[in-house]
Amino acid sequence: MKSLDSVFAAYIVGWAVFFVFYLTVARRTSSLREELDRLKNSLNRGK
Amino acid sequence: MIGAAVLFLVGAAAYASFYIAPEERTMRVIQRIFYFHAASAWAGMTAFSICFVANLLYVWRRDEKWDSLGVSSAEVGLAFITVVLITGPIWAKPAWGIYWTWDARLTSTFVLWLLYISYLLLRTLIEEPDRRALLSALFGIFAFIDVPIVFGAIRWWRTQHPAPVIMGGPGSGLEPTMRKVFFFSVLALHALMVFLIAERYRLEKLRTDLELVRRELEAT
Repeated sequence: MKSLDSVFAAYIVGWAVFFVFYLTVARRTSSLREELDRLKNSLNRGK
Repeated sequence: MIGAAVLFLVGAAAYASFYIAPEERTMRVIQRIFYFHAASAWAGMTAFSICFVANLLYVWRRDEKWDSLGVSSAEVGLAFITVVLITGPIWAKPAWGIYWTWDARLTSTFVLWLLYISYLLLRTLIEEPDRRALLSALFGIFAFIDVPIVFGAIRWWRTQHPAPVIMGGPGSGLEPTMRKVFFFSVLALHALMVFLIAERYRLEKLRTDLELVRRELEAT
Protein backbone atom coordinates (compact mmCIF):
# COMPACT_ATOMS: atom_id res chain seq x y z
CA MET A 1 0.00 0.00 0.00
CA LYS A 2 2.88 2.27 0.92
CA SER A 3 4.43 1.48 -2.49
CA LEU A 4 1.21 2.47 -4.25
CA ASP A 5 1.36 5.82 -2.41
CA SER A 6 4.90 6.29 -3.76
CA VAL A 7 3.72 5.54 -7.32
CA PHE A 8 0.90 8.10 -7.01
CA ALA A 9 3.31 10.62 -5.44
CA ALA A 10 5.76 10.20 -8.34
CA TYR A 11 3.05 10.72 -10.97
CA ILE A 12 1.43 13.66 -9.18
CA VAL A 13 4.69 15.50 -8.50
CA GLY A 14 5.87 14.81 -12.06
CA TRP A 15 2.67 16.15 -13.62
CA ALA A 16 2.81 19.16 -11.29
CA VAL A 17 6.28 20.03 -12.65
CA PHE A 18 4.97 19.95 -16.25
CA PHE A 19 1.84 21.88 -15.34
CA VAL A 20 3.74 24.62 -13.48
CA PHE A 21 6.21 24.87 -16.38
CA TYR A 22 3.34 25.24 -18.86
CA LEU A 23 1.68 27.87 -16.63
CA THR A 24 4.87 29.95 -16.39
CA VAL A 25 5.29 29.84 -20.19
CA ALA A 26 1.63 30.84 -20.70
CA ARG A 27 1.92 33.67 -18.18
CA ARG A 28 5.16 35.01 -19.68
CA THR A 29 3.62 34.79 -23.18
CA SER A 30 0.53 36.73 -22.18
CA SER A 31 2.52 39.48 -20.42
CA LEU A 32 4.87 39.84 -23.42
CA ARG A 33 1.89 40.01 -25.79
CA GLU A 34 0.35 42.82 -23.72
CA GLU A 35 3.68 44.68 -23.70
CA LEU A 36 4.07 44.21 -27.46
CA ASP A 37 0.55 45.52 -28.15
CA ARG A 38 1.20 48.53 -25.91
CA LEU A 39 4.46 49.36 -27.67
CA LYS A 40 2.94 48.88 -31.14
CA ASN A 41 0.15 51.29 -30.23
CA SER A 42 2.58 53.93 -29.06
CA LEU A 43 4.65 53.39 -32.21
CA ASN A 44 1.54 53.87 -34.39
CA ARG A 45 0.57 57.01 -32.46
CA GLY A 46 4.06 58.41 -33.03
CA LYS A 47 3.84 57.95 -36.83
CA MET B 1 -7.00 21.37 -29.80
CA ILE B 2 -3.40 20.08 -29.97
CA GLY B 3 -3.09 20.66 -26.22
CA ALA B 4 -6.21 18.56 -25.61
CA ALA B 5 -4.85 15.75 -27.82
CA VAL B 6 -1.54 15.76 -25.92
CA LEU B 7 -3.42 15.75 -22.59
CA PHE B 8 -5.48 12.77 -23.79
CA LEU B 9 -2.31 10.90 -24.85
CA VAL B 10 -0.51 11.42 -21.53
CA GLY B 11 -3.69 10.50 -19.62
CA ALA B 12 -4.00 7.31 -21.67
CA ALA B 13 -0.32 6.51 -21.01
CA ALA B 14 -0.84 6.95 -17.24
CA TYR B 15 -3.95 4.70 -17.42
CA ALA B 16 -1.99 2.03 -19.33
CA SER B 17 0.86 2.20 -16.80
CA PHE B 18 -1.54 1.57 -13.90
CA TYR B 19 -4.16 -0.76 -15.41
CA ILE B 20 -2.78 -2.45 -18.54
CA ALA B 21 0.88 -3.15 -17.75
CA PRO B 22 1.25 -6.35 -15.71
CA GLU B 23 2.76 -6.20 -12.24
CA GLU B 24 6.50 -6.88 -12.13
CA ARG B 25 7.44 -9.94 -9.99
CA THR B 26 10.27 -8.53 -7.87
CA MET B 27 9.38 -4.88 -7.27
CA ARG B 28 5.60 -5.29 -7.55
CA VAL B 29 3.54 -2.07 -7.80
CA ILE B 30 6.43 0.40 -7.34
CA GLN B 31 7.87 -0.69 -10.73
CA ARG B 32 4.99 1.23 -12.39
CA ILE B 33 7.00 4.43 -11.86
CA PHE B 34 9.30 3.07 -14.60
CA TYR B 35 6.84 4.00 -17.40
CA PHE B 36 6.85 7.65 -16.31
CA HIS B 37 10.45 7.91 -15.08
CA ALA B 38 12.21 6.28 -18.04
CA ALA B 39 9.88 7.81 -20.66
CA SER B 40 10.51 11.29 -19.17
CA ALA B 41 14.26 10.61 -19.37
CA TRP B 42 13.98 9.66 -23.06
CA ALA B 43 11.93 12.78 -23.82
CA GLY B 44 14.39 14.97 -21.89
CA MET B 45 17.33 13.53 -23.82
CA THR B 46 15.51 14.15 -27.11
CA ALA B 47 14.88 17.78 -26.07
CA PHE B 48 18.60 18.22 -25.29
CA SER B 49 19.46 16.63 -28.65
CA ILE B 50 17.20 19.19 -30.37
CA CYS B 51 18.98 21.91 -28.35
CA PHE B 52 22.36 20.55 -29.48
CA VAL B 53 21.38 20.57 -33.18
CA ALA B 54 19.91 24.09 -32.82
CA ASN B 55 23.15 25.27 -31.13
CA LEU B 56 25.27 23.82 -33.95
CA LEU B 57 23.00 25.44 -36.55
CA TYR B 58 23.22 28.79 -34.76
CA VAL B 59 27.03 28.70 -34.73
CA TRP B 60 27.00 27.81 -38.43
CA ARG B 61 24.21 30.07 -39.72
CA ARG B 62 23.88 32.82 -37.04
CA ASP B 63 20.11 32.80 -37.54
CA GLU B 64 18.22 33.82 -34.38
CA LYS B 65 15.51 31.19 -34.93
CA TRP B 66 18.10 28.52 -34.00
CA ASP B 67 18.90 30.43 -30.82
CA SER B 68 15.18 30.53 -29.99
CA LEU B 69 14.84 26.80 -30.62
CA GLY B 70 17.96 26.14 -28.54
CA VAL B 71 16.73 27.96 -25.44
CA SER B 72 13.19 26.56 -25.83
CA SER B 73 14.34 22.95 -26.00
CA ALA B 74 16.88 23.46 -23.18
CA GLU B 75 14.14 24.72 -20.82
CA VAL B 76 11.76 21.90 -21.76
CA GLY B 77 14.54 19.30 -21.45
CA LEU B 78 15.34 20.67 -18.02
CA ALA B 79 11.68 20.27 -16.95
CA PHE B 80 11.77 16.61 -18.05
CA ILE B 81 15.09 15.88 -16.32
CA THR B 82 13.72 17.57 -13.16
CA VAL B 83 10.87 15.04 -13.28
CA VAL B 84 13.43 12.23 -13.70
CA LEU B 85 15.41 13.46 -10.69
CA ILE B 86 12.23 13.62 -8.56
CA THR B 87 10.60 10.33 -9.61
CA GLY B 88 13.91 8.41 -9.42
CA PRO B 89 14.43 8.88 -5.66
CA ILE B 90 10.71 8.20 -4.99
CA TRP B 91 11.22 4.84 -6.74
CA ALA B 92 14.69 4.25 -5.21
CA LYS B 93 13.60 4.49 -1.56
CA PRO B 94 11.28 1.42 -1.55
CA ALA B 95 13.41 -0.46 -4.11
CA TRP B 96 16.94 0.16 -2.75
CA GLY B 97 16.23 1.48 0.76
CA ILE B 98 17.87 4.84 -0.06
CA TYR B 99 16.73 7.94 -1.93
CA TRP B 100 20.06 8.71 -3.57
CA THR B 101 23.52 7.36 -4.20
CA TRP B 102 26.39 8.92 -6.14
CA ASP B 103 26.64 6.19 -8.77
CA ALA B 104 27.58 6.88 -12.39
CA ARG B 105 24.05 7.14 -13.82
CA LEU B 106 22.60 9.27 -11.02
CA THR B 107 25.63 11.54 -10.81
CA SER B 108 25.89 12.08 -14.59
CA THR B 109 22.15 12.89 -14.71
CA PHE B 110 22.51 15.39 -11.87
CA VAL B 111 25.52 16.96 -13.66
CA LEU B 112 23.38 17.17 -16.83
CA TRP B 113 20.69 19.03 -14.89
CA LEU B 114 23.32 21.45 -13.48
CA LEU B 115 24.83 22.01 -16.94
CA TYR B 116 21.50 23.07 -18.48
CA ILE B 117 20.69 25.27 -15.46
CA SER B 118 24.08 26.92 -16.15
CA TYR B 119 23.14 27.28 -19.84
CA LEU B 120 19.98 29.19 -18.86
CA LEU B 121 21.80 31.24 -16.19
CA LEU B 122 24.49 32.19 -18.70
CA ARG B 123 21.80 33.64 -20.96
CA THR B 124 20.55 35.92 -18.19
CA LEU B 125 24.08 37.32 -17.66
CA ILE B 126 24.72 38.56 -21.23
CA GLU B 127 22.73 41.58 -22.45
CA GLU B 128 23.86 41.85 -26.06
CA PRO B 129 21.62 39.43 -28.07
CA ASP B 130 24.16 38.18 -30.67
CA ARG B 131 26.87 37.62 -28.08
CA ARG B 132 24.37 35.89 -25.76
CA ALA B 133 23.22 33.60 -28.57
CA LEU B 134 26.75 32.66 -29.65
CA LEU B 135 28.18 32.05 -26.17
CA SER B 136 25.17 30.05 -25.03
CA ALA B 137 25.24 27.99 -28.26
CA LEU B 138 28.91 27.16 -27.62
CA PHE B 139 28.13 26.29 -24.00
CA GLY B 140 25.14 24.17 -25.13
CA ILE B 141 27.40 22.19 -27.48
CA PHE B 142 29.76 21.55 -24.56
CA ALA B 143 26.89 20.62 -22.18
CA PHE B 144 25.60 18.01 -24.63
CA ILE B 145 28.78 15.94 -24.08
CA ASP B 146 27.11 14.65 -20.89
CA VAL B 147 24.10 13.18 -22.77
CA PRO B 148 26.00 10.16 -24.20
CA ILE B 149 27.70 9.76 -20.80
CA VAL B 150 24.26 9.49 -19.10
CA PHE B 151 23.18 7.00 -21.80
CA GLY B 152 26.35 4.91 -21.48
CA ALA B 153 26.75 5.09 -17.67
CA ILE B 154 24.71 1.92 -16.99
CA ARG B 155 26.39 0.11 -19.89
CA TRP B 156 30.03 1.04 -19.19
CA TRP B 157 30.09 0.84 -15.38
CA ARG B 158 28.52 -1.36 -12.71
CA THR B 159 26.04 0.92 -10.99
CA GLN B 160 23.37 0.85 -8.30
CA HIS B 161 20.97 1.89 -11.06
CA PRO B 162 19.55 -1.17 -12.87
CA ALA B 163 21.06 -2.26 -16.19
CA PRO B 164 19.15 -1.12 -19.31
CA VAL B 165 16.06 -3.11 -20.30
CA ILE B 166 15.86 -1.41 -23.72
CA MET B 167 18.92 -1.58 -26.01
CA GLY B 168 20.70 -3.43 -23.23
CA GLY B 169 22.04 -6.31 -25.31
CA PRO B 170 21.49 -10.06 -24.76
CA GLY B 171 19.57 -10.98 -21.60
CA SER B 172 17.82 -7.62 -21.35
CA GLY B 173 14.28 -6.83 -22.43
CA LEU B 174 10.72 -6.32 -21.28
CA GLU B 175 7.66 -8.54 -21.19
CA PRO B 176 5.67 -7.78 -24.44
CA THR B 177 2.77 -5.89 -22.76
CA MET B 178 5.19 -3.91 -20.59
CA ARG B 179 7.16 -3.08 -23.74
CA LYS B 180 4.04 -1.80 -25.53
CA VAL B 181 3.00 0.32 -22.52
CA PHE B 182 6.53 1.70 -22.22
CA PHE B 183 6.74 2.73 -25.88
CA PHE B 184 3.26 4.23 -25.69
CA SER B 185 4.44 6.29 -22.67
CA VAL B 186 7.54 7.33 -24.63
CA LEU B 187 5.29 8.46 -27.50
CA ALA B 188 2.95 10.39 -25.15
CA LEU B 189 5.79 12.16 -23.35
CA HIS B 190 7.49 13.01 -26.66
CA ALA B 191 4.19 14.56 -27.81
CA LEU B 192 4.14 16.61 -24.59
CA MET B 193 7.78 17.60 -25.13
CA VAL B 194 7.11 18.81 -28.70
CA PHE B 195 3.99 20.71 -27.53
CA LEU B 196 5.92 22.44 -24.72
CA ILE B 197 8.84 23.34 -27.04
CA ALA B 198 6.36 24.84 -29.55
CA GLU B 199 4.73 26.92 -26.78
CA ARG B 200 8.11 28.03 -25.43
CA TYR B 201 9.34 28.85 -28.97
CA ARG B 202 6.29 31.09 -29.48
CA LEU B 203 7.25 32.96 -26.31
CA GLU B 204 10.82 33.44 -27.56
CA LYS B 205 9.52 34.70 -30.93
CA LEU B 206 7.38 37.29 -29.11
CA ARG B 207 10.43 38.38 -27.12
CA THR B 208 12.35 38.94 -30.37
CA ASP B 209 9.45 40.91 -31.87
CA LEU B 210 9.26 43.02 -28.71
CA GLU B 211 12.99 43.76 -28.96
CA LEU B 212 12.52 44.93 -32.58
CA VAL B 213 9.61 47.23 -31.70
CA ARG B 214 11.60 48.66 -28.76
CA ARG B 215 14.53 49.44 -31.07
CA GLU B 216 12.16 51.04 -33.59
CA LEU B 217 10.64 53.17 -30.81
CA GLU B 218 14.08 54.25 -29.60
CA ALA B 219 15.02 55.24 -33.16
CA THR B 220 11.93 57.46 -33.61
